[in-house]
Amino acid sequence: MRLGRLKLARSVEILGTGLFLALPFILSALNVRSSPYILDLLSMVGLYALLSLSLNVILGLAGMFHMGHAAFFAVGAYVTANLNLTYGWSILATLPAAALGAGLLALAVAIPVIRLRGDYLLIVTIGIVEIVKIALTNDVFGLTGGPNGLIGIARPMVFGYRVARPVDFFYLIWIMVAFSALLFHWLENSRFGRALKYIKEDAVAAEGMGVDATAYKLMAFVIGAAWAGMAGTIFAAKMRTISPESFTFGESVVMFTIVILGGSGNQKGVVLGSFLVMGLPELFRDFQDLRLLAYGAALVAMMIFRPQGLWPPKPTQYRLPPPYDEKYPAGGSG
Amino acid sequence: MGYFVEQIIFGLTVGSIYALIALGYTMVYGVMKLINFAHGELFALGAFVGFFFLVTLDWGGVFGPALAIGFTVVFVAGATALAGHILERVAYRPLRHSDRLAAVVSALGASIFLQNVIMTVWGAQYRAYNADILPKVVWTVAGQSVSLIRLFVFLTAVAIMAGLYLFINHSRLGLAIRAAAIDQGAAKLMGVDVRRVIAVVFLIGPALGGLAGLLVGVYYGQINFNMGQLYGLKAFTAAVIGGIGNIPGAMIGGLLLGLLETLGDAYVSGAWKDAIAFVALILILVFRPTGILSERVAEKL
Repeated sequence: MRLGRLKLARSVEILGTGLFLALPFILSALNVRSSPYILDLLSMVGLYALLSLSLNVILGLAGMFHMGHAAFFAVGAYVTANLNLTYGWSILATLPAAALGAGLLALAVAIPVIRLRGDYLLIVTIGIVEIVKIALTNDVFGLTGGPNGLIGIARPMVFGYRVARPVDFFYLIWIMVAFSALLFHWLENSRFGRALKYIKEDAVAAEGMGVDATAYKLMAFVIGAAWAGMAGTIFAAKMRTISPESFTFGESVVMFTIVILGGSGNQKGVVLGSFLVMGLPELFRDFQDLRLLAYGAALVAMMIFRPQGLWPPKPTQYRLPPPYDEKYPAGGSG
Repeated sequence: MGYFVEQIIFGLTVGSIYALIALGYTMVYGVMKLINFAHGELFALGAFVGFFFLVTLDWGGVFGPALAIGFTVVFVAGATALAGHILERVAYRPLRHSDRLAAVVSALGASIFLQNVIMTVWGAQYRAYNADILPKVVWTVAGQSVSLIRLFVFLTAVAIMAGLYLFINHSRLGLAIRAAAIDQGAAKLMGVDVRRVIAVVFLIGPALGGLAGLLVGVYYGQINFNMGQLYGLKAFTAAVIGGIGNIPGAMIGGLLLGLLETLGDAYVSGAWKDAIAFVALILILVFRPTGILSERVAEKL
């Protein structure tokens, strides 16, 4: 019976994913006029899913209150833009460089502050995102183009195919999301992921068991930041123009709330959160001003009534070896 | 030399405003261990309520400047205190015993909500205070020009802070607030009504923040619905510099940040002015997380 339900859930999941991936074809078959708009919107949802999945490594797995993710997103985008505009690198070739740039910045800022307690870390990361934004606006090292930003970034080429249309980006982005989700899933269930969970639950106990909390947190922070850098690459290629306004404290808050609302620590929840936070407001475009108002109120209500998020992770379960089960039947006091 | 002194005066004026806002952060943090992200928005609300009385209703023309300012101060403080009280009731009280992260996110939500309420009511554009609320008087003291408006802002802020200092240090309720800030559990055992303390803190803090908003409106002459964000972050920095939870620390931290920022603006780089506060914040947290006045633990009652 339980197996049957599990199978049902699995098949719904597979069917849903299949339908989602076939969406561009369905839209064009039905001749939906606004299909480029829908695909664009879904690409943005995907981009934020990518960013939020990377933030989830830091916030959801390692439990660090990081509200400056837009800073690393920005570094990735600007690294890509510079390499492409000045040196003519192709977009996808800049992915590792964007990851490296964002990762290095993360390492540099994290080493001094990684030990800070929860909300202090939060405020420091806000400080970082503000400093990065000011640096971008001031055309730091002559690399950022000041308040106007950088324009004319090329389109990505994948095996000779030019990614330009909304459909192309839809696939490019969602394939990256799927790939990242798989990778992070594997990461979460590795020794590394277990260590992070332990640190999140009880850092002192983790240290006591020989887990180097600082080193693991640092690694999680750098990995998450590097991933945000790569999301920056995609963003730069999609927009073709980047400017400091796209990388504000507000953007960081959006990513943060996606992770929290969706279900901190559960990747499916985070993706769901991206759909809700990025997609839902678009349905209410006619109520421009009231949208954010409702969003704020929803955050408060959510924290009061369901602080664990819409789709929290299931607690990790380990099956005990049978002899133990026989010796101590369930419910017994042992 | 004259230039330098002028910068010092600028710095103290701006700093006194930061200090007023920082007090709200530090009092709330002291008692609840919560960063009240919505505090910056209460500050902006104060600026707009002041705008409503001084510009929309033109009280300056009705009552004359002195009375108008007096009335406005009372009404702004009252309105923001009320808003703060509602905020605490709705967004924070249900979360008092839950996860820290939940409270932080709720605070963020409240901040977004309030900011958009202000925008919906007053619009997204800059609003100008009328320039003639205070007569444009400039005195020359020892070769240094001192304008009435700057003196007014500084003295008002200092007077409010002095009042707060007396209240905190010489009243029973002030004693209760200090006790709850040091150890809530112990305070409770000693018969301190912590819920009441929190309620009071959420009246005083927002009122001070709202008055700071009014001062910004009078001083700079223009206000904007999202002004609370930057001022809020900077004032929080000021609170951390002084040692968060520490009331005199917030005052000193505010003045210090104002000076630092103005001098940085004048002698280093104007474009990087806003970054100074954040760099200061990071340096303080890394090297002296308890702030410059880190004597709180040993405070005697």
